Amino acid sequence: MAERSFAKEVEDLRIGAGETFRGEGILAVTKALLQSGVSYVGGYQGAPISHLMDVLSDAHDILGELNVHFEASASEAAAAAMLAASVNYPLRGAVTWKSTVGTNVASDALSQLASSGVKGGALVIVGEDYGEGSSIMQERTHAFAMKSQMWLLDPRPNLPSIVSAVERGFELSEASNTPVFLELRIRACHVYGAFEAKENVSPSFTLADAMENPTRDYGRIVLPPSNFSHEIEKIENRWPAAIEFIKKHKLNEFLGGHKGKAGIIVQGGMYNTLIRALELLGLANAFGETDIPIYCLNVTYPLIDDEVKGFCLDKKAVLLIEEGQPEYLEQAVNSILRGSDIQTKIIGKTVFPRAGEYTADVMRDGVTAFLEQHAPKLVRGAPSKAPVLLAERMASVFETVPQRPAGFCTGCPERPVFSAMKQVQKDVGDFHVSCDIGCHLFSILPPFDIGNTTMGYGLGWSGASAFNAEAKQRTVSMMGDGGFWHNGLTSGVGNAVFNKNDNVLIIIDNGYAAATGGQDILSSRSANKTKATNNPIARAVRGMGVEWIKEVHTYNIGEMKSVLKDAMTTKEKGPKVIVAQGECMLNRERREKPVRHKAIADGKRIIRTRFGVDPDTCTGDHACIRISGCPSLTLRDNPDPLKDDPVAYVNNDCVGCGVCGENAHSAVLCPSFYQADIIFNPSWWDKLKANVRSGIIGALQKMDYKIRQRVSFGDAR
Amino acid sequence: MTEARAIKIAVTAMGGQGGGVLASWIVKLGERAGYIVQSTSVPGVAQRTGATVYYVELFAEAAANGRMPVMALMPASGDVDIVIAAEFMEAGRAILRGFVSEQTTLIASSHREYAISEKIGLGDARQGVDDVRDAAQKAANRFIEADMAAAAEASGAVISAVLFGALAGSGALTISREVFEETIKSGGRAVEANLRGFAIGFDLATSNTKATAKPAAASVPKNQPSHAISLLLDRMREELPPETHAIVCEGLKRCVDFQDVKYGDEYLSRLAPIAEADKQYGDGQNFRLTKLAAKHLALFMAYEDAIRVADLKTRRSRFDRFREDVRAEPNQIVVVHEYLHPRVEEICDILPAGLAKGILKGKTRKRVLKAILGGGKRVPTTKLRGFLQLWFLSKLRFMRRRSFRFRIEQTRIQQWVDLITEFASQDYKLACEIAAMQRLLKGYGDTHARGLANYNRIMARIEEIVRQPNPAATLSALRDAALKDEEGAELVSAMDQLQPAQDAAE
Repeated sequence: MAERSFAKEVEDLRIGAGETFRGEGILAVTKALLQSGVSYVGGYQGAPISHLMDVLSDAHDILGELNVHFEASASEAAAAAMLAASVNYPLRGAVTWKSTVGTNVASDALSQLASSGVKGGALVIVGEDYGEGSSIMQERTHAFAMKSQMWLLDPRPNLPSIVSAVERGFELSEASNTPVFLELRIRACHVYGAFEAKENVSPSFTLADAMENPTRDYGRIVLPPSNFSHEIEKIENRWPAAIEFIKKHKLNEFLGGHKGKAGIIVQGGMYNTLIRALELLGLANAFGETDIPIYCLNVTYPLIDDEVKGFCLDKKAVLLIEEGQPEYLEQAVNSILRGSDIQTKIIGKTVFPRAGEYTADVMRDGVTAFLEQHAPKLVRGAPSKAPVLLAERMASVFETVPQRPAGFCTGCPERPVFSAMKQVQKDVGDFHVSCDIGCHLFSILPPFDIGNTTMGYGLGWSGASAFNAEAKQRTVSMMGDGGFWHNGLTSGVGNAVFNKNDNVLIIIDNGYAAATGGQDILSSRSANKTKATNNPIARAVRGMGVEWIKEVHTYNIGEMKSVLKDAMTTKEKGPKVIVAQGECMLNRERREKPVRHKAIADGKRIIRTRFGVDPDTCTGDHACIRISGCPSLTLRDNPDPLKDDPVAYVNNDCVGCGVCGENAHSAVLCPSFYQADIIFNPSWWDKLKANVRSGIIGALQKMDYKIRQRVSFGDAR
Repeated sequence: MTEARAIKIAVTAMGGQGGGVLASWIVKLGERAGYIVQSTSVPGVAQRTGATVYYVELFAEAAANGRMPVMALMPASGDVDIVIAAEFMEAGRAILRGFVSEQTTLIASSHREYAISEKIGLGDARQGVDDVRDAAQKAANRFIEADMAAAAEASGAVISAVLFGALAGSGALTISREVFEETIKSGGRAVEANLRGFAIGFDLATSNTKATAKPAAASVPKNQPSHAISLLLDRMREELPPETHAIVCEGLKRCVDFQDVKYGDEYLSRLAPIAEADKQYGDGQNFRLTKLAAKHLALFMAYEDAIRVADLKTRRSRFDRFREDVRAEPNQIVVVHEYLHPRVEEICDILPAGLAKGILKGKTRKRVLKAILGGGKRVPTTKLRGFLQLWFLSKLRFMRRRSFRFRIEQTRIQQWVDLITEFASQDYKLACEIAAMQRLLKGYGDTHARGLANYNRIMARIEEIVRQPNPAATLSALRDAALKDEEGAELVSAMDQLQPAQDAAE
């Protein structure tokens, strides 16, 4: 079960023509796919398109009714290859992933697909994880579109525009036999809005039709001589067809006014931010009505030469708003204009920063700078923004407000792995740690600060493959179960076995692709009616030929330490794999909490375990936090009037995973930690025991109290 | 131009705080009240304890009359009408990002969720909130601050409900309370509790007074000190200046509680010479040295050993406290297990000096005892077996004075006291810093070992430190360095910077 259930939203996918669909951008895309008669959908989850995958997996009933096949692909490469179904058959297919990382993984298949060309519409929906909130390298999908010659849609970030981009995208793909990218920025994926729905359409030509009547065309296969003819096709047929379609259906929009010597060309995705900037400058109203001519590129590749020339011809200067770098559009527009000797100035990265997100403020400054140079009249007397506190008056606030690096959740089963690693390093000395992609990557942040590099999803062990040399210290590589199944089994484990690697791999087996929202994977323990789960990682690793393999429960830090120490020091040669098992606590609590609450309400005997710290024995040294970092292990003022340092404190979010207690043991910390088992609806036996105990204990405590009263200070101050 | 414009609302929160819930409530609220609504967020990895922003724009349908407004996907600085911060430092972050301007109503919960950088300090690395509060008052048009977390706790609601109530109470939106409450009801989850939380939030915003988490403690009748103690207190009043009585009294309590009345008397005896020196060389009114010494001497003398731990763990007051800490209902059964890890060293600490020395000398004996002790223990204090173990251990107090650790500590304490009195005459400030050095000596096991090692390292070179341009500052700098990192790297480098002096004690 994914982190978020879309059971309710899924019902909205059924609504028919004329009804209003309300929801996130990414949900609107899902509805648009169904309205377009898509035959199959695949993809690999990851922010910001995880919800698209989650919705579809919650929607299997509806998909079944509509005859749509949905697959949670093993990787982006698998998803891209899935589009092969549209090469020979009039089948509409869509796949989705996080870009640019997912596009990197998929690019081999995409190149093949783009070379073969498609008969049925093929749509690649990429969530552009760029700017605030991004967790990946800052690159552009644009480059992939250019190199493989796939068209790139970048619609205005409102639901109607996004929906029509999906529908037009399929048509464009079919009209030009070319797969099409639909690029959605992170905020567009999560934007909540509304649009008027259409009826869902069941594909007229089904997958079964194709399987029962297979057709072949050697000309579609990427082998000589077809590969050469494909390139010629791209230039001579597909490109012109695309240009024709885009012009005919006015995919790009001419907005704003028609007069003036200065205009603006903007990526569709940046349009709303531009309008807000103009509104703040008093040059547009809330409805985007402005006198400044705007050419809005809902298709950023290919560019339509005539449209570009036509827009620029009567203008002295045009502002080109293009987020990210290199500035492909700026270069292209310049070459289009100079090629036909049009001398309109193109102003882009000279008034905008070369790198980084175009936030509202960046946009406002960039537009202002452009207008000051090329339309000074417009910005004269522009309203200044409401005053905010000056930087110098906030200097101290800059100092005060702490960073909040992402960290492991309360009770996370991955935390103890790194607690153990930190402690083992004290014994065997520091070692090189090659990280992977996933929640476990938070180990590179405080308080653990463990990890050297991360080379990509599932590439944790191959990231350390160079260190396959004689040395007094071994290296440790990390890999999540998600990355393991994505490709780590072959690129990591297979590679290590084949090359007789002598180092250590720790696989975090938490039962889900946790970082992307807790989607099920092959090794998930949960039963899933549409997927085959419960395929143990250890079995796969053995199958690959690993001899030294240990399965450890992560919460048992003592054992985790000894196994890791053993792996680091054993005389035995060859790859060593530790499968660290512990279910993702987010998912576990989501499943268990309601059950627990119901059971308590129903009067069943339930024990809730949580941990605590005694303030009067706590040393205020916080060593416990330095090897844990659990959100529920925090601080409070020291109740002792003689002590200054705050004491550790376990807040009520504690889920009783026991890691802090385990740490207190294995790292020999202070005796302050205690486990409390709180019994709901106790049995008569519980009550009897409790009464006897508290009877005797209470008596002794009362006695002690009396003795202490002999040396009472009363109210002396 | 004075055109119709959207109402812009930013919710700044930490991942897992439920800012998304609040944002979705605001969306539903807007739709109920006849607004065109757009909201965005950038969850990503921020969902895992990071700081994140939810952004909502409301546009009155009436003002739109059929046209569709173009709404932004992110706040522009100086253009946000309402900022809701689910934690106080997140209010600070909102100010830094320019969200809070003269047109802004800022609603912030005054409670703190400490960042990891604040939590991992060896001492107190928490950030103060005053300059954030000051900036908020300067920057915002209206600043509503209250402990929404406490309110949520009290009402069993999520903090979002309290903040939602505060939004309603602030009147920053011209939407009636009923519509707000309808929105919560239609959510259908924990409606009762959330409405309670909403109501508190509403009142907090309208009255804008801090949430009172607990009722003020009722005043207790005056209790007289027992005879033995009043003698001690009399001696205190005779020998020590009144300015110091409050802290000395606390120190006395600690020493008597730790051992016995006699120990309290010894406490005063050790404090007396320091107080004398203070009268002579101090400013004669603050008695800073005496106060510092009184505090640290008490902590020094009431060192933490197994007997002390057993004593504290088995007290009635402690039983009451853990019940409160784990939110146990009255009469609900709570079974507690302690995580204890007694090592040979800790055991020897409480054994008679001779015996302890014997064990620590003999390798095999040590190994045997170690084997007997085994690893970490989980002691069930609320069960008879566990309780009695600790209870009898706590009763070993009578033989503590003869114990190995006691003797060591007393010599160490005496040297420290002598050093303070000695230096009080020549360098009062330095004497104060020496008194404060005790801060390094805290805890048990490895923590105590580390602290003690640092303490000794520094004290060993006191002669050198005296020769530094500013000895007091040097010493306090060294102490801070010792509290920087566990590995002691900071301290080492700080020590290396000491100006070399001949016949430096190494």
